[in-house]
Amino acid sequence: MYKKSICFYFQVHQPWRLSKVNILRLAEQDDLFEGFGHGDNKAVFKKVAEKCYLPTNKLLYSIIKKHPEVKVTFSLSGVFLDQAECFDKRVIKSFKKLLDTGNVELMNETYYHSLAWLFSKKEFAHQIKMHRSKIWKLFKRRPVFFRNTELIYNNQVANFARLIGFNGIVAEGWDPLLNGQNPNFVYNAKTCDIHPEDRKIADDACFTKRRNHKIKLLLKNYRLSDDIAFRFSNKDWPEYPLTVEKYADWIEFSDGNTYNLFLDYETFGEHQWEETGIFEFLRKLPTELLQRNIYFRTVSETIKDYRVKGEIDIHNLISWADESRDLSAWVGNRIQEAAIKAVYDLEPRIIALTKGKKRREEKDALIEIWRRLQTSDHFYYMCTKYWNDGDVHKYFSHYESPYNAFINFMNCFNDFVLQLDKFEQQDKKDKIESKSEKIHEA
Amino acid sequence: MNKGKVLMLGWEYAPFYSGGLGIVTRSIVNSLKKQGMDIILVLPKVPFELNEDQLEIINASKVKIESPESIIYSDIEINSLLTAYSTSYSYKERINKLIEIGAKEMSDKTANEVYGTNLFNEVERYAQKAAKIAEKYPHQVIHTHDWMTAKAGLAAKKVSNKPMVMHIHATEFERSAGNPNQDVYEIEREGMNGASKIIAVSERTKEKIVSNYGVSEDKVVVVHNAIEKYPQAKRIGKKINKTDKIVLFLGRLTLQKGAEFLLEAAEKVLRHKRRVKFVFIGHGDMLPFLIKRSIDLGIEKKVMFTGFMDHEDVDKAYQMADVYVMPSVDEPFGITTLEAIKNGTPVIISKQSGVSEVIVNALKVDFWDIDELANQILSVIRYNPLSKCIAQNAEEELKRLDWDKQCKKIMNVYEQVNSK
Repeated sequence: MYKKSICFYFQVHQPWRLSKVNILRLAEQDDLFEGFGHGDNKAVFKKVAEKCYLPTNKLLYSIIKKHPEVKVTFSLSGVFLDQAECFDKRVIKSFKKLLDTGNVELMNETYYHSLAWLFSKKEFAHQIKMHRSKIWKLFKRRPVFFRNTELIYNNQVANFARLIGFNGIVAEGWDPLLNGQNPNFVYNAKTCDIHPEDRKIADDACFTKRRNHKIKLLLKNYRLSDDIAFRFSNKDWPEYPLTVEKYADWIEFSDGNTYNLFLDYETFGEHQWEETGIFEFLRKLPTELLQRNIYFRTVSETIKDYRVKGEIDIHNLISWADESRDLSAWVGNRIQEAAIKAVYDLEPRIIALTKGKKRREEKDALIEIWRRLQTSDHFYYMCTKYWNDGDVHKYFSHYESPYNAFINFMNCFNDFVLQLDKFEQQDKKDKIESKSEKIHEA
Repeated sequence: MNKGKVLMLGWEYAPFYSGGLGIVTRSIVNSLKKQGMDIILVLPKVPFELNEDQLEIINASKVKIESPESIIYSDIEINSLLTAYSTSYSYKERINKLIEIGAKEMSDKTANEVYGTNLFNEVERYAQKAAKIAEKYPHQVIHTHDWMTAKAGLAAKKVSNKPMVMHIHATEFERSAGNPNQDVYEIEREGMNGASKIIAVSERTKEKIVSNYGVSEDKVVVVHNAIEKYPQAKRIGKKINKTDKIVLFLGRLTLQKGAEFLLEAAEKVLRHKRRVKFVFIGHGDMLPFLIKRSIDLGIEKKVMFTGFMDHEDVDKAYQMADVYVMPSVDEPFGITTLEAIKNGTPVIISKQSGVSEVIVNALKVDFWDIDELANQILSVIRYNPLSKCIAQNAEEELKRLDWDKQCKKIMNVYEQVNSK
């Protein structure tokens, strides 16, 4: 058996960016998720499909045909899949084709790429469930591996995922938290108690009869991942240009079983343009690695084939973002906190909408808006930490500033609240009327 | 560089000033002193006593000159500090007033000539005195501020043969909102031609200098304004009342400053939120128009025009405000933005301003985009977290805007012109 392998996991996600809404014109919107400019979400999706999804899928397919040893894992967010269905069905088709090779595994995540874990376990569990059904519906797969939004992780997340039924979970291999442990091995997440109320939620959401006592953990090798994702085309990087030989050397001559390369899929063709040679790199890499007896495994194969090296104990929440690997990119300032709190404060009113068959379509449409408002990207746009440092180029956003992002989010949010108010008032009126009718009939 | 003397030809000087120039001149002088420079500061009038090390202040009005011509109109007191920044519209008003006062003596001249002679005469007189001063006080570099002291700079240069640096805080194009006075323009152009280097307060002003005055790009150095690290203004923590939010405008009520755009936005804001007051501090030729417009819009009860305020009251006003708005049509810099931030107030600034090149923790808006301005005002007064977040981050940002750092750039310019 091969001693070493690469575990590729690609994250594929597109948020429903909000429409531009002025506070003077609330309740005049047809669609809150068009994108900042008219039809932007569609345009962005089509662009990324052309530059990244379609060509990279095609390339991976041809690589797999040439080297059946090559395996990859994807996590496709629910909102990405929805947009693919709306804007470019070829993307779904090409993923199906890839999956048909049998060399591709899909992971489960929160449907709306949300931060629900932090604010509502019930919503969190529900979005996992929604995502499972979507993956089943489109691809006839039942994922057993879990990925939380932005790799937000601690012992609690892992154990909650275990209770739901997952075999494994992915996290950032950030060395300050690993106590000298090498991320290139398979670990167990430390078992911990879950609050009885949360436990009940997990039990209800459990999809299997055979739950594991431990959940396995794969840690991202952030250096090797970032070499491709961020540094690949950086001419100031001493290792530039990155060749497959050099990259294979780094893997061959370092200690470990599994090299967990977790990347945003947009790295290929979008973050790193075709002209940088990123596709060539990907095309040549398998040949080079296989020559050196370095194999490929999906996440599930990796935890099956390698022995557990030890246990990882992480109390504080971490993520895969920024230098700090914490949550400050999404909930690091008061505008982010205010906005996200506003959304989750509506949860009881949304739960009320889930009941009853009457006006089902209208209710579902409102619930859908509420959930789309939870996507983490909205809160990322409000992040001020780089902004304030004058490091404006690190602010990846279509908004002029984090403050404009907050203003537009709150305008969309308030537009939604007006819709919700209107619906509830009408609903109440209907109920009173139907009651009085019944009294009449009696 | 051998830290020689700077002959600084100023026009306004804080605390006696009407606009940003007085504050900026004082800040530059203070910072240059800190870096070890000696400064001879010449001002047209010095209404206060000021004795400081490394600084010699010369009151140009006390310097005697022989030419009898230049004192002909000196008995007519004009407030040059204000008129230097007036628009052509207010020239006329001013002229009419002058005619009333001195109708007899001036009856044989046209109004324009009278006014023109007066203001331009003052500039001329200042130039003659500057030449005398330049002769008497040795210096290594001449630093002038805007068109009013350009002639003085050129005159001094002629005498001492030292290089001249022209600091542009505003061009006539910006002051006049696109209707430049030809005479002022000529003086500016002459000054720019004669200067060895030009300092512009922003990239946008640099662009204007290059495109409107035929100056080559490499002659112009951008040195953004900053703010002095004087002790934190005392916070009063007062409001008009518990419920009313205050939106503040501070500046001359002229076309350039765009007060009317805020007024239009105010009407839209008030449609959504009644308990908001709009306070306009400053005076200018557009006051009658603005009053009339606020009545037409039916918001006159929500709008207050206070006239000019002194420095201490201005700080209080900034602190009382929930948001400061600078809707300028064309603003070379906009130092009031920094003053508002210093007082802990979030700011909304026009994108057509120099200060928007250096401050990121602000809301920015095209001056003509009234709906967006209303959107931003409503958001800031509605969401406390937003207002706090902007104000606090801006205050942090302000700490990095350092006059000492900027003055090193100015001293670099001195060095460059002296090594030529």
